Amino acid sequence: MASIAETAGDILAIAKGLSVTLRHLFKKPVTLQYPEVKPVLPPRHRGRHELARHENGLEKCVGCELCAAVCPAYAIYVEGAENPPDNPISIGERYAKIWVVNYLRCIFCGFCVEACPTEALQMKHIYELSEYTRAATIYTKEMLLQPVPKKDPADSWMPG
Amino acid sequence: MLDVVIEAAIKSAIVIWALLTAFAYLTLTERKVMGRMQARIGPNRVGPFGFFQPVADGIKLVFKEDVIPAQADRIIHTLAPAVSIIPAVIIFAVIPIGPPVTLFGREIKLQIADINIGYLYVAAIASLAVYGIVLGGWASNSKYSLLGAMRSSAQMISYELAQGLAVLSVILMAGSLSLNRIVELQLHGLWNIIPQFLGFIVYYIAGIAETNRAPFDLPEAEGELGAGYHTEYSGFKWSAFFMAEYVNMVNISALVTVLYLGGWAPGWIFPPIWFLLKVAFLLLVFIWLRATLPRLRYDRLMALGWKILLPLALLNLFATATVVALT
Repeated sequence: MASIAETAGDILAIAKGLSVTLRHLFKKPVTLQYPEVKPVLPPRHRGRHELARHENGLEKCVGCELCAAVCPAYAIYVEGAENPPDNPISIGERYAKIWVVNYLRCIFCGFCVEACPTEALQMKHIYELSEYTRAATIYTKEMLLQPVPKKDPADSWMPG
Repeated sequence: MLDVVIEAAIKSAIVIWALLTAFAYLTLTERKVMGRMQARIGPNRVGPFGFFQPVADGIKLVFKEDVIPAQADRIIHTLAPAVSIIPAVIIFAVIPIGPPVTLFGREIKLQIADINIGYLYVAAIASLAVYGIVLGGWASNSKYSLLGAMRSSAQMISYELAQGLAVLSVILMAGSLSLNRIVELQLHGLWNIIPQFLGFIVYYIAGIAETNRAPFDLPEAEGELGAGYHTEYSGFKWSAFFMAEYVNMVNISALVTVLYLGGWAPGWIFPPIWFLLKVAFLLLVFIWLRATLPRLRYDRLMALGWKILLPLALLNLFATATVVALT
């Protein structure tokens, strides 16, 4: 048999626990009503990639494949090609002919962004990346490219 | 004669409807209140504030496949949920929820059957509830079900003793087994919770154990038994077991109200309201305890029942008997 003091302590412990749950009953729940209410992401959140463009619309990516080389999950596949001289796609000599990420493999570590020498690769706040098939989770360059910036008349001196 | 039968039939229909609705909305209340206690919201998708969640749950459960294991005893497996739910519902027949009212020039008691053996009937029927669980566990032919059922029978029989002894003190004070008489005495004097505080504590704890509710939910221990006596049940038969559990919660709350909290006292305006408020409060305590306390270990459960509650109830009985004999 436990002593009286021990029993009293046990009962006190139960009362303490009950008070905790009772106090929580009147607190605001922490639940986020997700599809209706979106979370506020930290500014440096690593979400889906984006391939940036220069202000003149040319791609920043030069097809160097450093991102694919550094990727610990082997999620990125890049195939570079020579820029066509009459209609350049990027500013360098080469551009990325194929640039795909497999989002089933990607671990969102951001090493690719670190490795990118031209700051072409960025990670955005896009996190809703669910798809119905495995094949659909492989995002191609077309899906990840930043849209061509609208031409500003003030910038008309720039080439392209 | 016929009018008595019709009256009883109407009252029975109302009580069954009320108990089953109470079961449905008790599940919603439990999920909501427990959710808030855990800083969550709880179900809120079906209808406004999740009000139709029990309806959705019911439809889901009815349409679920009714699995009977190949080695199970088919007849008993099917019968067990019924054996479990019937005692739960018929206990309420003797519980008075208010003083008699006059309706259509007829005096109607707010109780289906005012029998003078009152609590004896409750104790007898409540003991039957264990059969549903034991038969369900045995008929499933699964070791987890059987273990859950064994635990449950041991637990329910152990706690019935303490519960019976606690009630005996109240019966001694009232000098009657009739629940009406017990309430009447409290209407004019002190509520039994004051002179019988020890008995109240013992009765309520034993009541929680009787209904297999947390922290005494060992028969349903998900972690160790994979659910316990209802492991092999699905669909509507599974929900019948839970119907029995929740209706028993209502029963225990109603009995505590009648025995210790003065029934419908103080009885202003509309007496049944007082009764229902007290029952609702006790049900919230059930939920509150579940949201707070972890499950007891099996030996501790038995020790609490036999070594603490039973001696306390006996002590209380001795003290009450002495006082009653001297006055």
